[in-house]
Amino acid sequence: MNTTLAVPPKTRLQSVLDHASGDKRFKILEVHMKKHQFRQDALIEVLHKAQELFGYLEDDLLLFISAKLKLPPSRVYGVATFYHFFQLKPQGEHTCVVCLGTACYVKGADKIISGIQEKYKIKSGGTTADNKLSLLTARCIGACGIAPAVTYDGHVSPKQTIESALEKIKIWI
Amino acid sequence: MQLDDLNGIAEKHKSSRKKIIVRTCMSAGCMSSQADVIKKNLEAEAKAQGLDADVEVRRVGCMGFCGQGPLVGVDQNGEHGLWEFVKPEDAPRIIGALKGNKCDVQRGDPKHPFFAKQMHIVRANGGIIDPERIEDYIAIGGYTALHHALTELKPPQVVEEVTKSGLRGRGGAGFPTGLKWGTVAKSPGAKKYIVCNGDEGDPGAFMDRSVLESDPHLVLEGMAIAAYAVGADQGYLYVRAEYPLAISRLQIAIKQAKQLGLLGAGIFETPSNFNVDIRIGAGAFVCGEETALMASVEGKRGTPRPRPPFPAESGLWGCPTLINNVETFANISAIINRGGAWYAGIGTEKSKGTKVFALTGKIKNNGLIEVPMGIPLRQIIMEMGGGAPDGREVKSVQTGGPSGGCIPADYLDTPVDYESLTKLGSIMGSGGMVVMDDSTNMVEIAKFYMEFCMEESCGKCIPCRAGTVQMFNLLEKITQRKATARDLAKLEELCDMVKNTSLCGLGQTAPNPVISTLKFFRKEYEALLQPDPFGPNSNGAAKPTELATK
Repeated sequence: MNTTLAVPPKTRLQSVLDHASGDKRFKILEVHMKKHQFRQDALIEVLHKAQELFGYLEDDLLLFISAKLKLPPSRVYGVATFYHFFQLKPQGEHTCVVCLGTACYVKGADKIISGIQEKYKIKSGGTTADNKLSLLTARCIGACGIAPAVTYDGHVSPKQTIESALEKIKIWI
Repeated sequence: MQLDDLNGIAEKHKSSRKKIIVRTCMSAGCMSSQADVIKKNLEAEAKAQGLDADVEVRRVGCMGFCGQGPLVGVDQNGEHGLWEFVKPEDAPRIIGALKGNKCDVQRGDPKHPFFAKQMHIVRANGGIIDPERIEDYIAIGGYTALHHALTELKPPQVVEEVTKSGLRGRGGAGFPTGLKWGTVAKSPGAKKYIVCNGDEGDPGAFMDRSVLESDPHLVLEGMAIAAYAVGADQGYLYVRAEYPLAISRLQIAIKQAKQLGLLGAGIFETPSNFNVDIRIGAGAFVCGEETALMASVEGKRGTPRPRPPFPAESGLWGCPTLINNVETFANISAIINRGGAWYAGIGTEKSKGTKVFALTGKIKNNGLIEVPMGIPLRQIIMEMGGGAPDGREVKSVQTGGPSGGCIPADYLDTPVDYESLTKLGSIMGSGGMVVMDDSTNMVEIAKFYMEFCMEESCGKCIPCRAGTVQMFNLLEKITQRKATARDLAKLEELCDMVKNTSLCGLGQTAPNPVISTLKFFRKEYEALLQPDPFGPNSNGAAKPTELATK
């Protein structure tokens, strides 16, 4: 959003709308907004859809949404940054989400995290330099009965250890 | 749709049932261990072994014993069997066992204390019905409570029944549900809303996820009854984005209920209308707080606002709004069907009914249990849970998540009810119960929760935003063995300040894990303290005598 300051907002919005007309995903997003009758209270639903389509929420995308829902960009940006689920940066090719709920923590999820951090030299929330792996943490995915749980590319795996986690990641890299 | 039609669906569905039912748990826990493949293999195998005329392989919700999953249950000749740790390749042997063949897959015991000591109201259908088929729910008497309420009771009578039951909010605070319903019903306004709080943010709790995944219609029916009682026609079900399976099953359930005229306009051909929309959360713990949740439903940043006005008077878009937890709504149809007096007969004097707990952590039997209120903690932990694994001792039990506290093993004879847990400095909470063994460092646990609250603080009020950071830093200093007694005193002072001056429940309860571990495990903190270079009674400032000489 910093770059918004450098370019006058109106021209930037215009260029976003021009660009959007050539991208099918924007069209799908607009259909989704129409389904919600462009209601401003559907903002979170729209952001979910946008992230599903684009993978992450870049500034231009947020500007597009704010124009279509007739909301100030500050409001859209404010909501997108408030909720942890929304990603404002592109993710790596593969994602590894370690659950850090209490049950997982008590059973050693913190050791799994530090094991991966050490091996691949990334921080949680970060992506490796070759853009292969993003390491994320989750607050609790509600799979406490099978703790510690790790989600690899959207698939939850039960009762993980450092060894099993590193083995799974090794296949990707 | 009328009662005859409902009974017709139930009868037709019951008569089409096959002799043997093989129930495959397809809840989030078991799904992570290929429960979908297991079901497919079982179906194929039943066909291959020529049993497909007699065997129905059914998708069911959570059976509760998540730690032993994936689970497969069998109902044959009136007997119930259970298979544990099932793998996809076990399918031929499990189907073979139906014919009496030998099978070496681990057998579960349905009479295990883990199951035997439970009492099911909310989870009555979990692991029995197919959550994606409304016929299954109707066949076990679903939506009859809604019919009874709409056609035979007046709205005040419904409220009275709920009041009589003594049901209290299952989200944690334990506010009497009947009183809340009565307030919303009495609030003036043509437009009213029902909100179901499914933002189960407590780490270590998954009761609501399981109820939504296993029995979505039970929650919808409870919401529809509530709507009739308070005069609302629009409902929102707020579910966490982390629960994709629950969301998809709810979407299916709403669609099916609308098709049969059990939701929408003119329910049961009465003038009652009720629509439900799903709102998906986006990962903010504070949205479990009711005013923050309403802001989120309105598409805003989920920040709380001061109360009063309470949502019952001015909630969503300024209209009277009834907010209840998933589990609270799940209790309603049983209360309407069997009467408030029946419900009030279960539990203790002030805490009625049953409560679902997620029993996790360092315990042998992990999973979901529903027990009557007032059951001693020891029975839950030792008999049902089997105590700590690997020959270790249970050290403490954490209830209520980041808003709760740690109960030491000495207090295991405490009955589980709202008042007793509050007296110990913990809370009932939404039902997370994380067991810790003697290898657990309690200061680390307090730090873990403080880090959670620090990151989840919405930043609106200063005590919570700044206080949680300071408390976390002090806890870190203590765990790094750099703190003195003075830091500990400062921590206690901050606990008191944040607790008493924060805007919402998150801040007000954030110090609880520290306060309760300090109360019961103070020695662990003190063991980490360093001697104060300025002497034990100093406040850290230079002594007056030193100043005088300068």
